[in-house]
Amino acid sequence: MTTPTAPDAMYRNDEGLGIWEHRGKVAAYGVGHGPTSRRWDGRPETCVGAITIQALRKAIADAGVAPEQIDGLVVVPVTTTGAFWEEGKPLPMDVIESFNQTDDPLDGVAKLSAEWLLANMPELTNVQFTMYGPGCMSNALNVAAQAVGDGLTHTCLVVKSWHNFEGRYYQSGANVEDALPGTAAITRLWGGPASYGTALQFAEYCRKYGKTHEMMAPFMENSRRNGLMFPEGYWAQHRPEELGREDYLAARWIAKPANLFDNDIPIMMSGAYLFSTAERAGDMKQKPVYILNHASSNARPRSLTPTLDEVEAETARTARKIYEGAGITADDLSFENMYDGFSLFHQFHLEGLGYRGIKFGEALDFYQTDISIEGPNPVSPSGGNVGSGRSRVWMHTDCIQQLQGRAGPRQVTGVEPEVAVSGGPMPLGGNFTVWSASPD
Amino acid sequence: MSKQGVVPDDFSQPFWDAANEERLVIQNCLECNRLQHPPAETCRDCGAGDSFEWKPMSGRGTIYNYGVVHDCPVRLLQEDQPFNLAVIMLDDDPGIQMFSHLPGVPVDDVPVGAAVEVIFEPTANGQLVPEWRVIDD
Repeated sequence: MTTPTAPDAMYRNDEGLGIWEHRGKVAAYGVGHGPTSRRWDGRPETCVGAITIQALRKAIADAGVAPEQIDGLVVVPVTTTGAFWEEGKPLPMDVIESFNQTDDPLDGVAKLSAEWLLANMPELTNVQFTMYGPGCMSNALNVAAQAVGDGLTHTCLVVKSWHNFEGRYYQSGANVEDALPGTAAITRLWGGPASYGTALQFAEYCRKYGKTHEMMAPFMENSRRNGLMFPEGYWAQHRPEELGREDYLAARWIAKPANLFDNDIPIMMSGAYLFSTAERAGDMKQKPVYILNHASSNARPRSLTPTLDEVEAETARTARKIYEGAGITADDLSFENMYDGFSLFHQFHLEGLGYRGIKFGEALDFYQTDISIEGPNPVSPSGGNVGSGRSRVWMHTDCIQQLQGRAGPRQVTGVEPEVAVSGGPMPLGGNFTVWSASPD
Repeated sequence: MSKQGVVPDDFSQPFWDAANEERLVIQNCLECNRLQHPPAETCRDCGAGDSFEWKPMSGRGTIYNYGVVHDCPVRLLQEDQPFNLAVIMLDDDPGIQMFSHLPGVPVDDVPVGAAVEVIFEPTANGQLVPEWRVIDD
């Protein structure tokens, strides 16, 4: 079996597509997470492949299905954006030989293939459909939802994992070379960190609307608070520290106006879900969380980095796609779990959605009001990457758990959890899912 | 600031050759007469794939936006931290951006909206690269 990458046709990129043809007919049932850690410690049982197997087995058990009933697997094959196995570094043969291998010795260590997972999960005897949703869990979710809706798979696992190695993130490869290839040099020669582009957009936002970086503090405090109530997350598991206003504002700059906490912390993690048709609700251990729509943004900036005008145009366009396909309006959202890693993204997504009626330039004022899980306007109840580490997964898990009524101490209490939206990462370039407690 | 060297590839060779002659050129689609930067193999607007020219620019622009880099992933630039990293918009087409360290401008004291002109600085291997300086009144 060779796993294909999802074709563009599986994503809903355009406006005017109408109600999603599978609205309410696909549901999430099971959730599973592997243990988190800051960096891989080199042991077989903690490598990215191993924690992914744990996450998948938990999702299967959580849904209450027999492994042999699973016929589909959607995987994000890339497991990092900035921690790479250095060329020439000796391979960890003891780890590699602890698992059934594929042709790529770093499979399960620095990347993940569907073939590696199937070779190491012998209980999955009936998987007929595999597909890659490259990028984030947000991509893979949309692919899995579409695949189940289209009948390509009936009971499907979807998984995203992250590895992190010793050393500083992004500070390897081309960044330590004496020279760059000419085409790459046109954009990379000036040395902007990963958060630089977001910092630029935020700087322009603050100038245009008269806002300040300090106004982010309530959002950051709220996100860490929510994250500390997310037992699957890194901060809750390893560093149960609140993030106070002073701590946040005193943090060192990375790319001003983005500071250390505005940059998410790279970790090891894995998150998995079990999707099936809505018809199977009676067979499952958990309540269904119906998918009303998935939508994508594939916009690109005109030149090197998005302008605020481009950001606002695209977040508004994405929101129209989200609402159109789901057949809802902003008023139907019980809460939102849009992307936050980098934290300075979040207000762009909120304003594009028009969450609670806010318009462009108003999100930071909104952050000064009650945005807690107990209030009427919950913002990022998952806590996102700020609250639980770099994964781009927590937002989806939280939507499912909230709508199933099993988010524990993180459960929203100021609103009835009925409809929610999650997704990201970028204002230009992301994938989004609308979840509902009801198929209608 | 000592930037990494540049090894031009086939695709970017005209841009870098022009820089070594202290000229700024930007890829232009002959089908739709639209500039694009960074250069690409196809026009991001009309999709044409084989009809480009490298169009000379005036070398004038405006500081559109900036950030201050305190934690740079590029080893060669780390000793110069913190440093300005600005976005320049070209007078020839404000939709076209270029990055700049704004030599001579104090850190975090960047005059957004100020006029700038292109200069050329050597990188670690001698390849010249477009940079930008504020035009004095």
